[in-house]
Amino acid sequence: MLNTVLGSLSSGVAVSTSSYESIASATGTGSSGTITFSSIPSGYASLQIRCNILASASNEFVSLQLNSNTGSNYTRHSLQGIGTSAVADGAANSSSINLDGNYWGPQSTYATVTIIDILDYASTTKFKTVRIFNGQDNNSNRGQVGLCSGVYRSTTAISTVTINISGGINYTTDSQFALYGIKG
Amino acid sequence: MATTYEKIATTTLGSASSTITFSSIAGTYTDLRLVCVYTTANFGIYTTLRFNSDSGSNYSDTYLIGDGSTASSARDTGATFIGFGAYPNGISSGQFNLVETDIFSYAGSTYKTCLIGSSLDKNGSGDVQRLVGLWRNTAAITSITIQTNGGTMSVGSTATLYGIKAA
Repeated sequence: MLNTVLGSLSSGVAVSTSSYESIASATGTGSSGTITFSSIPSGYASLQIRCNILASASNEFVSLQLNSNTGSNYTRHSLQGIGTSAVADGAANSSSINLDGNYWGPQSTYATVTIIDILDYASTTKFKTVRIFNGQDNNSNRGQVGLCSGVYRSTTAISTVTINISGGINYTTDSQFALYGIKG
Repeated sequence: MATTYEKIATTTLGSASSTITFSSIAGTYTDLRLVCVYTTANFGIYTTLRFNSDSGSNYSDTYLIGDGSTASSARDTGATFIGFGAYPNGISSGQFNLVETDIFSYAGSTYKTCLIGSSLDKNGSGDVQRLVGLWRNTAAITSITIQTNGGTMSVGSTATLYGIKAA
């Protein structure tokens, strides 16, 4: 029974390990707040980006843009636990998808970790749906964990993913970003 | 092509036990992923996570729970473990808890942060949970221990550790 349950589990990462491939990775430079994956091939069913984010300063936010589109073509909803209560938030007609649920941004000592799944990213007939699982904790009053959903209202296949941090601050050299493709 | 997502080890309990430990974890991956399914013959059992056998007050977590009627959140600071499965409400005999954990940059030189998803349903009660855990230690993680709060995980309870390697 237990083995049967385990075999059916699916949460972003496919159970079949051979269907999960590394496409590219990037490390923060300490002098830039932008990470871009470009020329993404279309041979997968979905994409997953795993981030371990540390920033040069606090109180800024990390956001996602697709195909370098900066128009008001993004929508998101968020459910976060902030240690004292559950909070929900959303935004329409935004110029990006906020990865933090618009609550705490990344810090310099305590990593913000995030898993981004972009489903059916190569479709040319559907808007693109994104799901995000994120969290950070600082052993004090600043912790959050939650889920975000987002939509990019474009039917163009996604070939570029950009992860920006606001406020002109930078990703530290301990920040890691990795892009994976999941076969159908 | 090199394998990106690879099983490191699986433990399936042949006798009831309060712990499952993965040790001698190589530092060759980018992230770790731990998937666990367990049940118990006891009452009110939850499980916790520790790294490198550290039992000091070096852990903290923040969690979000939906229990069928309310969404709530709480945190632990200066803790001796990270809440893992069915934390803190627990499961009892005949109930199952599914837990998935992603441990990021586990071999790096910064503090270690993980994301946990825990699911349990008791046919009338239960909860779904997301939790972020912090271990304030810069050492590479080479050992992971799942431990109950008192009772045991039953025979057949299983945990599988995967390594995920970036390009």
